[in-house]
Amino acid sequence: MSTTSEQLADLSATTLLRFATAGSVDDGKSTLVGRLLHDSKSVLADQLEAVEAASLSRGQDAPDLALLTDGLRAEREQGITIDVAYRYFATPRRRFILADTPGHVQYTRNMVTGASTAELAVVLVDARNGVVEQTRRHAAVAALLRVPHVVLAVNKMDLVDYAEPVFAAIAEEFTTYASELGVPEITAIPISALAGDNVVEPSANMDWYGGPTVLEHLETVPVSHDLTACHARFPVQYVIRPQTAEHPDYRGYAGQIAAGAFRVGEPVTVLPSGRTSTITAIDALGESVDIAWAPQSVTIRLADDIDISRGDLIAPAGDAPATTQDVVATVCHVADQPLAVGQRVLLKHTTRTVKAIVKDIPSRLTLDDLSQHPAPGQLVANDIGRVVVRTAEPLALDTYADSRRTGSFLLIDPADGTTLAAGMAGDAFAAATAPAAPQDDEGWDF
Amino acid sequence: MTTVANVHEDTDSPFALSHLDSLESEAVHIFREVAGEFERPVVLFSGGKDSIVMLHLALKAFAPAPVPFSLLHVDTGHNFPEVIEYRDRTVEKYGLRLHVASVQDYIDRGVLKERPDGTRNPLQTVPLTEAIQEHRFDAVFGGGRRDEEKARAKERVFSLRDEFSQWDPRRQRPELWQLYNGRHAPGEHVRVFPLSNWTELDVWQYIEREGIELPQIYFAHEREVFSRNGMWLTAGEWGGPKDTEPVEKRLIRYRTVGDMSCTGAVDSDATTLQAVIAEIAASRLTERGATRADDKLSEAAMEDRKREGYF
Repeated sequence: MSTTSEQLADLSATTLLRFATAGSVDDGKSTLVGRLLHDSKSVLADQLEAVEAASLSRGQDAPDLALLTDGLRAEREQGITIDVAYRYFATPRRRFILADTPGHVQYTRNMVTGASTAELAVVLVDARNGVVEQTRRHAAVAALLRVPHVVLAVNKMDLVDYAEPVFAAIAEEFTTYASELGVPEITAIPISALAGDNVVEPSANMDWYGGPTVLEHLETVPVSHDLTACHARFPVQYVIRPQTAEHPDYRGYAGQIAAGAFRVGEPVTVLPSGRTSTITAIDALGESVDIAWAPQSVTIRLADDIDISRGDLIAPAGDAPATTQDVVATVCHVADQPLAVGQRVLLKHTTRTVKAIVKDIPSRLTLDDLSQHPAPGQLVANDIGRVVVRTAEPLALDTYADSRRTGSFLLIDPADGTTLAAGMAGDAFAAATAPAAPQDDEGWDF
Repeated sequence: MTTVANVHEDTDSPFALSHLDSLESEAVHIFREVAGEFERPVVLFSGGKDSIVMLHLALKAFAPAPVPFSLLHVDTGHNFPEVIEYRDRTVEKYGLRLHVASVQDYIDRGVLKERPDGTRNPLQTVPLTEAIQEHRFDAVFGGGRRDEEKARAKERVFSLRDEFSQWDPRRQRPELWQLYNGRHAPGEHVRVFPLSNWTELDVWQYIEREGIELPQIYFAHEREVFSRNGMWLTAGEWGGPKDTEPVEKRLIRYRTVGDMSCTGAVDSDATTLQAVIAEIAASRLTERGATRADDKLSEAAMEDRKREGYF
């Protein structure tokens, strides 16, 4: 393989897509992931050799691509994926970070983790089985975590004779269900991961499908939108004060823009104090800029010397969130020890960690059928539930629907530091979106 | 430098960041989180390209103030002179404070024993752990990347270590959104990997974009080497070559920098950054597969070393 300088220039200017895959080994997820990596030439010779050797020693005749991602000894010994594995691959159009989440063990916790940073989730179903309980659970997690794009990969089309009606029925059932949960964009693609149909290369067996392959879709799905339309949020991470001869009076607020865009000259409010000032400069890692946006790491300087420290939030003066000490949220419980009503915890929100107490757990949610179970008293590992938390100090909290970054938080055990639960402020699911038009020629729309 | 990736205007808004900007922003965020939440952080600095990129990111994260961390080098004693010279010059240039934990000292004191194969990489764990305890470092930045090795692919950005520096993959905290939980008990510390999501190619592209200087051994040069286990090793006092291993002069470069006894060179004529990037983009071997004897020991070699407290 030779690489031209144009290809290299392309490589340095690509965007980054973070996505998650959900499904079990039975659905062919490892085969799909293996094929994406393999067909995009991201699996290198020594990795493939190692996988082939390990597969042989286990008595398998074909290389088991799951061994590429199952990095821990216990995983290889038990033949299961225990933990989220991150994989990296690139095409000339885009760089990808894939959070590969296991299908069985600690399922919810791992998918929630993988989906929390994902802009796209691939949900796999077996064309022979269609939408099953697990598929609905995957759709619910993607909806709950507000993953902007969901791909339904209907796999094993080769085993249903590449029949369009089979695909169309599954795609319609899933799209209707996910739309009701508020998933804004759903793309259904008929594939055979094993045979390679519509994964990287278009299938010769499904002339009736006019949409993109999985990889084409991953390469072209929008990774950003008009950030000037969002609520701008800047959690202060660190105050930079050199106090050197060269910079005696420099005072900059360092952080990563969590949402929206900020401009020099813009009036801002600092929370929780409520003081106001104006942005005089934005330093974007060594370059002075007039505008910066999420997720850039910058240093913001203000006109007035007001008391600002780590944990404060800078927001546009006319668009600051209300502060609150009463948090109503959906949480996914991720620890082995339970979370109970009355428990004292730490709540970590953006760059601020405060003491808090769990006032109520009004309900637990079953993801399979979205049924509510009132007053469970406590949540255990992999439970999803509604919680009411009272914090010791006010938080500048958005709803998770408005901002994934400033609407999310962790609950932490103050005794041993364990991360107990992942929280999303506000309502669990978005209002239902109108179901997308049935699969048309393009197969997808924005 | 912020570059807006405008490769596909049909799908990406003007606000889409290039992948290098995304990765840089994420790493800077991680550095600042640690500066905000820990008392005594330290950056592991070997003079290898990943640690050089880490230091570059730390300098950018806190400018115009100095980096609020010191550096720690675990010195195996089997160093490339060019790398030590680079290390010392860098420390001087940025007015940094460098701690050195010396494997040779431990061997001289009889605390550690030289291995029969002369490899000192596995011997680094004890000096590293004791330096962390002696200086009471509570956060230790490492340049490890998840694309390097499959056990690393499972490690968190904030990776809790017990008082023996041990990693327990089963007890890792789920890491959600960009919310890193660095709480730890006294005596424990957190290993922090700001380059977790970078690949080898990203590192090189970033080095090129930022104009970062590297030790010369990363570029093609003539060197006296001999072959062992299919790798080109540099002849030196550390114990190579054996009588049966003929030395020859070859045009080579290093893809990684580590202990001389187990870090192999690759045949290469890449004398510039662009040539190196082209070579890596076309390479069919991972950098550890091509150059690290210590990872070839077993399928779980890295996991075992990490459990024991390795980087």
